[in-house]
Amino acid sequence: MALKLYGLPMSTCTARVLICLAEKEVDYELIPVNLFTDDHKQPAFLAKNPFGQIPVLQDADLTLFESRAITSYVAEKYKGSGSDLIRHADIKEAALVKVWMEVESQQFNLPISTITYQYLISPMLGKPTDHQLVEDNVAKLEKVLDVYEQRLTHAKYLAGDFFSLADLHHMSYIHYFLKTPKASLITDRPHVKDWWEDISARPAFTKISANMKYDF
Amino acid sequence: MVVKVYGPAYASPKRVILCLIEKQIDFETVPLDVLNGEHKSPDYLKLQPFGVVPVTIDGDYKLFESRAIIRYYSEKYKSQGTDLLGKTIEERGLVEQWLEVEAHNFHPHINNLVLHLLFSPLLGFPRDDKVVEESEKGLSKVLDVYEERLAKSNYLAGDFFSLADLSHIPFSSYLFNIGKEHLIRDRKHVSEWWDRISSRPSWKKALELS
Repeated sequence: MALKLYGLPMSTCTARVLICLAEKEVDYELIPVNLFTDDHKQPAFLAKNPFGQIPVLQDADLTLFESRAITSYVAEKYKGSGSDLIRHADIKEAALVKVWMEVESQQFNLPISTITYQYLISPMLGKPTDHQLVEDNVAKLEKVLDVYEQRLTHAKYLAGDFFSLADLHHMSYIHYFLKTPKASLITDRPHVKDWWEDISARPAFTKISANMKYDF
Repeated sequence: MVVKVYGPAYASPKRVILCLIEKQIDFETVPLDVLNGEHKSPDYLKLQPFGVVPVTIDGDYKLFESRAIIRYYSEKYKSQGTDLLGKTIEERGLVEQWLEVEAHNFHPHINNLVLHLLFSPLLGFPRDDKVVEESEKGLSKVLDVYEERLAKSNYLAGDFFSLADLSHIPFSSYLFNIGKEHLIRDRKHVSEWWDRISSRPSWKKALELS
C-alpha cells in the first residue's frame, strides 16, 4: 500500500518530506489539506495530528507527524532504495548527520523561518513586515551562516563529504528565503553559495521545487 | 574510553547525562561557567562553534547538540542498559515524532519560562512578563495534547520509556523551581507520567552531578 502524505506542495514542512520521498524514489499519494478553510483544525485532521499542523504521514496503520520525524522514518524504512540519506552503514557518520540535523532544527530554522514569514507571508495576510524583528533575526542567521561557511570550507556537505538529511532539511526554507531582500546572506558566502548550488541542482529538488510557489 | 560531557550543571547536558546513565556508559563531566560566559570563550568555541552546551568528547570523536548525542549513544549501545529507541522501525518513528514535538512544540515555551523566570536575574537581563504569559499559555496548550496522549499510553511513544520522555525531564524539572508546577500537577495523566519518569534512578543520579 502506498504511503499517504497529508499536506501542501508549497508548504516548507510538507516540501521537506516530499524532497525526501523523491530522493528515496518511494511512491506516495499526496492528499491536499486546505489551510484556508481550516481543514487542519477540524476533528478529522486533529485525530491524525493533535497539534493541527501539516504534514502527516500515513503508512498502513502508522500515523506520523513532525516533518523531521517523518523524513527520519522514511530514510530508515527505505534505506535500500534511492539516495542513502542517513549513512546507515557507518554509525559515526550517521551521528554527524544527526548533529547537523539538530543544528538546522535548533539554530537555523527559527531565524530563517521568521525572516521568510515577515517578507512573504505577512504581506499576503495584509500585515506589514516587522523590520525590527527581521533585523534581530538577520543578526542571528548571520552568526549561524558564518559557522556554516567555516564548516563548508572543510567538507562538501554539512555532515561530511556526502549529501544527507542534514542538507536536505535546509532546502525548502532556503528556496523561499532567496526570494526575500535578504538573499545575499546566502549568496555572499562563497562556500554556502556553492553548497546551495550543488544541492539545489539535485533532480529530486528540481522536481519538488517546481511546485513550491506562493501564488494563489 | 570515558565519554567527557561539558556543562553538567545545565539542562541540555543533563539530557545527555541521563541517557549515558540509562545506557550504563562510563562518563566524566567537565564543568563550564556559563553564567560568566565560558561557553563563549575561544577555547570552547573551537569545540562548539555556536557557543552552546553540551559537547561530548569520546576519544577523538566530538559531538554537539544534545538530541543528536542521545540518539548516537542509544544506537551505538543498543543492547546495553535501557532500550530507548523502540523495538521496531514503527516504534522508532513514534520516538522520533515525540522527540520532534519536544524540540519544536514543548521546548520553545518552557525555555522562555526558564530564561525569564530563573535565569534573567542571574544573567542580568530584564524579565519580560508578556513573554512569560504567552509562553505559559503556549505550554498549557501543548500539555493539553500530552494529557490526551498519556490517557492512552504510559509514555509518549507508547508503553515503553524512550528518548522522547527522557528528553523532557531536565527542563520540566525547572517548573518546580519557578512556581509553575501546576502546569504538570493540574493534569492527571501528565502528572502521573512526570512521577513515573522523574522517579527513575537515572534522574536522581543526574541531579547529584550538578
